[in-house]
Amino acid sequence: MNNSMFNATDILETIRMIQDECLDIRTTTMGISLVDCIDPNIDKACDKIYDKITHKAEKLVETGEKIEKEYGIPIINKRIAVTPIAMLAAACPNDNPVKFAKALQRAAETCGVNFVGGYSALVHKGFSAGDEALIRSIPEALDITTRLCSSVNVGSTRSGINMDAVKMMGEVILESAKLTADRQCVGPSKLVVFCNAPEDNPFMAGAFHGVGESDCVINVGVSGPGVVRSTISKYPDLSLDQLADIIKKTAFKITRMGQMVGAKASKMLGVEFGIVDLSLAPTPAVGDSVAHILEAMGLETCGTHGTTAALAMLNDAVKKGGVMASSNVGGLSGAFIPVSEDAGMIDAAVDGTLTLSKLEAMTAVCSVGLDMIAIPGDVEATTISAIIADEMAIGMVNNKTTAVRVIPAIGMKEGDMLEFGGLFGSAPVMPVCRKSSARFIERGGRIPAPMHSIKN
Amino acid sequence: MRAVITVIGNDNVGILHKVSGVCAKYQANVIEVTQSVLQEMFAMIMMVDISKMNADFASMSDELTALGTELGLSIHTMHEDIFNAMHRI
Repeated sequence: MNNSMFNATDILETIRMIQDECLDIRTTTMGISLVDCIDPNIDKACDKIYDKITHKAEKLVETGEKIEKEYGIPIINKRIAVTPIAMLAAACPNDNPVKFAKALQRAAETCGVNFVGGYSALVHKGFSAGDEALIRSIPEALDITTRLCSSVNVGSTRSGINMDAVKMMGEVILESAKLTADRQCVGPSKLVVFCNAPEDNPFMAGAFHGVGESDCVINVGVSGPGVVRSTISKYPDLSLDQLADIIKKTAFKITRMGQMVGAKASKMLGVEFGIVDLSLAPTPAVGDSVAHILEAMGLETCGTHGTTAALAMLNDAVKKGGVMASSNVGGLSGAFIPVSEDAGMIDAAVDGTLTLSKLEAMTAVCSVGLDMIAIPGDVEATTISAIIADEMAIGMVNNKTTAVRVIPAIGMKEGDMLEFGGLFGSAPVMPVCRKSSARFIERGGRIPAPMHSIKN
Repeated sequence: MRAVITVIGNDNVGILHKVSGVCAKYQANVIEVTQSVLQEMFAMIMMVDISKMNADFASMSDELTALGTELGLSIHTMHEDIFNAMHRI
């Protein structure tokens, strides 16, 4: 073989990663600004939204499929993220924002994407026109659509936590679950409450197109928990620093593939390349679990003592390997720990080893938050708000993104199971503390930003 | 432009012939082949030039995948760029 030829070991490694270890591009997400669609006539605004999205994303799915064929790498999802709709709702104060939800659903169906994100409001410091109406309309919007995703940013390191919004989100999540109780309470599975929400995140349900972004961009989210687990399990006796090096090398390869696909897609679509989100995003498929990575590192079951340390190391190594592979790293970038979407997390939760408290601790060292967790349906709205407040505090103080996506399982109790199917998987109903947080939540107002927010 | 075709599975007579037959049909010139048989598992890696093909790449890729299914082998056809991206700095 001369120099230009490939090493057979490298080729077979790539094939094995894709075929046996679930390596894939999790999502190519087109971010589209809708700022130029703002109109005081809501029907006109909806027409503009539909036209702009279907024009910009006309070839998104087709292009993704073409890249899949040519490079032999699966691209699981093709999605769209838009400007937070509260900004458009602000111009039409007397109309029900749900009209926007319907327009987005129609546009998603026409383009053939499985999700459109951005039924969102950014209220970390306070509510502006349109914000409150949009937030109150979320349960109805998620009830009457199937492809719409919603998110609300209620806190940030620079501005503190908007506790009025936190209180409201507890009520919104509970109402959304009740409205969709006949469909496995699917509403809140498409709703994320954020602290420090990234404006270029390609992953659902929290994707939206931030106002600081270009008119239209392509963002890519890579995956690969299966590849990392399989690599780690080949080295049972390595020390943790040596293991970190192995993870870095694996993350590098995965991210390079994401970078390549993003660059190709951007060129083919004639759209600016935004970012690669180098996350380890699990799926319920066998061998595609973040929990199983932690177990391969030496823990009997995910959730036992040592889990937070193992996750911290994993999260850091993934980032360090990924940043060299792409000059445009963004989004959430780290390890995801959604319970229902991860076979190992599901088992550990059913087993009782993985609890809500442990998950909360884990969110302090990984890229997201309490994600895809079913809780009993008879829980108080103020308890959900308090769960959100805790999580937002972790994000605010640690200068990182945190999020809450909990699903009250209406009519179910601890040990029952919500079945979403597909990538969303199935969620065991996990116990929550039944002591009241109501008086704390009822106070409202704002938790001031921490001392280290004053950096200028 | 080149592509890499990998064939993995149980060894039997005429695999190389059948795969290169598909390449010839699409005018994809075979540049290099390495193959090995380890404990009856056949692994072949074939590098082909796809710059002068007479049909689109996806058609050949589909036909090779179908051939793999027919022969009980796993056949992957991928553009070389993916290996460059993952294994070269």
